[in-house]
Amino acid sequence: MKDSLMLYLHVPFCVKKCHYCDFLSFVCGEETRGAYVKALCEELRVRGGEMKGRTVSSVFFGGGTPSLLSPAQISVIMEAIREIFVLSEDAEITMECNPGTIHGDAVDSKAEDKVSATAEAELERLVGYRAAGINRLSIGLQSMQEKELELLGRIHDREAFLRTYEMARKAGFSNVNVDLMNALPGQTPESWKETLEEVLSLSPQPEHLSVYSLILEEGTAFSEWERQGKFTGKLAIPSEDADREMYAYTGRRLAQAGYQQYEISNYAKPGHACRHNLGYWTRKEYLGLGLGAASLLSEVRYSNETRLDNYLADPLAGRQEEALGRKEQMEEFVFLGLRTTKGVSRRTFQECFHEEMDGYWHEVIQRNVADGLLLDDGETIRLTAKGMDLGNYVSAQFLLDD
Amino acid sequence: MSQIDQSKIRNFCIVAHIDHGKSTLADRIIEQTGLLTSREMQAQVLDNMELERERGITIKAQAVRTVYKAKDGEEYIFNLIDTPGHVDFNYEVSRSLAACDGAILVVDAAQGIEAQTLANVYLALDHDLDVFPVINKIDLPSAEPQRVIEEIEDVIGIEAQDAPLISAKNGINIEEVLEQIVHKIPAPKGSPDAPLKALIFDCVYDSYKGVIVFCRIMEGTVRKGTEILMMATGAREEVVEVGYFGAGQFIPCDELSAGMVGYITASIKNVKDTAVGDTVTDAKNPCAEPLPGYKKVLSMVYCGIYPADGAKYPDLRDALEKLQLNDASLFYEPETSIALGFGFRCGFLGLLHLEIIQERLEREYNLDLVTTAPGVVYKVHKTNGECIELTNPSNLPDPSEIEYMEEPIVSAEIMVTSEFIGSIMELCQERRGRYLGMEYIEGTRALLKYELPLNEIIYDFFDALKSRSRGYASFDYDIKGYEQSKLVKLDILINREEVDALSFIVHADSAYERGRKMCEKLKDEIPRHLFEIPIQAAVGGKIIARETVKAMRKDVLAKCYGGDITRKKKLLEKQKEGKKRMRQIGNVEIPQKAFMSVLKLDDKD
Repeated sequence: MKDSLMLYLHVPFCVKKCHYCDFLSFVCGEETRGAYVKALCEELRVRGGEMKGRTVSSVFFGGGTPSLLSPAQISVIMEAIREIFVLSEDAEITMECNPGTIHGDAVDSKAEDKVSATAEAELERLVGYRAAGINRLSIGLQSMQEKELELLGRIHDREAFLRTYEMARKAGFSNVNVDLMNALPGQTPESWKETLEEVLSLSPQPEHLSVYSLILEEGTAFSEWERQGKFTGKLAIPSEDADREMYAYTGRRLAQAGYQQYEISNYAKPGHACRHNLGYWTRKEYLGLGLGAASLLSEVRYSNETRLDNYLADPLAGRQEEALGRKEQMEEFVFLGLRTTKGVSRRTFQECFHEEMDGYWHEVIQRNVADGLLLDDGETIRLTAKGMDLGNYVSAQFLLDD
Repeated sequence: MSQIDQSKIRNFCIVAHIDHGKSTLADRIIEQTGLLTSREMQAQVLDNMELERERGITIKAQAVRTVYKAKDGEEYIFNLIDTPGHVDFNYEVSRSLAACDGAILVVDAAQGIEAQTLANVYLALDHDLDVFPVINKIDLPSAEPQRVIEEIEDVIGIEAQDAPLISAKNGINIEEVLEQIVHKIPAPKGSPDAPLKALIFDCVYDSYKGVIVFCRIMEGTVRKGTEILMMATGAREEVVEVGYFGAGQFIPCDELSAGMVGYITASIKNVKDTAVGDTVTDAKNPCAEPLPGYKKVLSMVYCGIYPADGAKYPDLRDALEKLQLNDASLFYEPETSIALGFGFRCGFLGLLHLEIIQERLEREYNLDLVTTAPGVVYKVHKTNGECIELTNPSNLPDPSEIEYMEEPIVSAEIMVTSEFIGSIMELCQERRGRYLGMEYIEGTRALLKYELPLNEIIYDFFDALKSRSRGYASFDYDIKGYEQSKLVKLDILINREEVDALSFIVHADSAYERGRKMCEKLKDEIPRHLFEIPIQAAVGGKIIARETVKAMRKDVLAKCYGGDITRKKKLLEKQKEGKKRMRQIGNVEIPQKAFMSVLKLDDKD
């Protein structure tokens, strides 16, 4: 019997594009969202249909901003999933959401107490998501500093996040992630520490934290501003040294607060590591649905059509595929595994490929151990703290010649 | 094929300053004589090297035969030989000129005469060719055909009043050029019945036919089965095929006789048996004396060329051997570098020539190369009375053994409009130039004469000249001789290890400046490693400049998710690919292009 499957569903809509974001997402209206849900369900029925009855251990609504879909829409999708697959009892079902998007269109702008009306509307929607089956919520906060939020182009302020967080707990979400960013223009180790402390002072503390250091992606407003020289002086991007200082501090501080780092950018309270995230690094099979979504199925990597009009016209057309050869599978096994703190197991490699890992990388392993980038206990290899800073440098050495 | 009437043959070439429209005119001549329909025409028909089309320049001389029905009702055979315009390729030009009886001089109606116009015309006149001028680009708003006609008559001293006023690009007045070819270019002479005497003006290597020899038949006749003798190399072969040049293809025919231009194949496998400039004769009925051939050219610029992958050394050797067949001006000999292993010291006519060869080796022979900084040939007079010619800086003897050194000097002529005279003189001054004088060609244009050390002009002088004159200055030079000079060897140390392949010879007064810039440049070129890397410049063991490549701190993709995996893999592959283009020196990896970084030291402009 095959291993369980993970599902990824992409929701490419946002209220507004953030200045740093190069994800596949854009602004669009209610009508398009409706059409999209229809197309997504159609894709799900056909592609899922080919694997009917398979056990699904994790579902992830990512975006974009999935919370722009109503509980009813999420529910329709969840129902379709349940019709096709066997959703395991302890399945992790995550939805990403952004503060300031969750109240839907329900709030009457003429309402006397707008804040409490918004909170009420949010609570109602969150309860709805919960009822649809979502059991893990991932909230995009990024920073607690108003200036940084504004610079990033986020639509919410600190207050809006605190409200959403409170309502999420009230709605019964007991597994919550908060997304944070560092190495932002103008950010200092001090302002980062403040953000982190404030997040840790939430009650109850988030079960999971994702901390990404900013990458200037081609084609974003940020990369344009960088070129124009805007990120200097007070808006200087932290130096590599400062960046690494923040990273190291984050690891130490979160460990103190009872979080375990399980991946380069992810930290969780015991038992709350994101199974979906770990699944990517351990090469579990996943079916990605929706615009531009990626899949790994039977050692073939797929990626969906990226143009919305094409996708809406035919959600099954335009999918690209790349079959992974044995060499690629072995390389992925190592460079994906190295992202986790658990590292790469020789025994698992042997089980998967019926060959010794050291037959390929004995020298590479030795060299990186000598350089202080890898730890090798004889069974597993994993990155040291310095190795985490230089993850790409280490991983590139594990690519095999043709 | 019936006997061809010699009086109906015209062998000619087109000479011009670069960009004056030579290749475009060649295209029009081919098109209008009907060799190719305009549908088949693509720009620069004769420039069939990928590199030529990309750069829009002619590197190799190319030949084509076409038939023109003239107004007198007769059909004429035109053998057109396209030639390069850049000063570096004068050698190619003179090879083609020797195969012609006349030349068309193309002058840009707006730019007028330029330095290479003069150089090429004199070259043609030296070969006793009849030259007639054509004024091109007359449809440009800035065209001044009458002024240019007068300039041609005044400066060159050839009749220009009836020069066709044309636009090669837009096909204006091409007919008149064709008529003048008939009337102004003499028919070839020579008897088809005399002993065979043919000049090799080019060769190419074809993997099926072996060496294909391009030749101009001066006397006699050659046909399939003729046993030929290469007079210089002494090689004897039986002719397998003779033919002429279609557009981009070889067209076999029965025979080639006196006055004709064509090719011979003789299943010549050993490329060394064929030398451009050699005379081909009939082994059974040889001619008394060979043709004068060409004067052997001297390489002006040298650099080391190494395979990026040491195992490819034999491939590089084969490639150089084949390229030399096609480009006799290329010189090479084996050498070894501590840093780079086995390779070749190669000699070139100039920097453009070097670049072209390097690119041809990489593209046509699929080689990955490391090229060291180019230098000139220095004469080192040792205290023991011995004099050595130094082409590789690493071979410089210990300073205690050196009495004095000499460097090559050129006489340069720079043509420039008066407003830029000041900035060009300043440039020549910076490059250690010696002012010889200035002549006004006409009201606003002057010819500046300088003596300049060759090593000051091989790198980027041409670019500097162009940028300081907004593209208007033109330049030509001749080697004058050697002069004593205060020269030192600048060494580069990377991570405290001297890298022989990065050493170069420089004038003592600019050593500090050069060393500083070289360190800065290398700091940008060398990627960060796990450790800090000092980069130092030294003269005679004394450090004169230093930079540091800081240790790598961060190289990680923070945000990565399921959809990113293919992208992450590509990123890693790129990183790995980048490493392949590095040379390991000690424990430092140096990108291949860093070895050429001395070329880009001039940040003035």
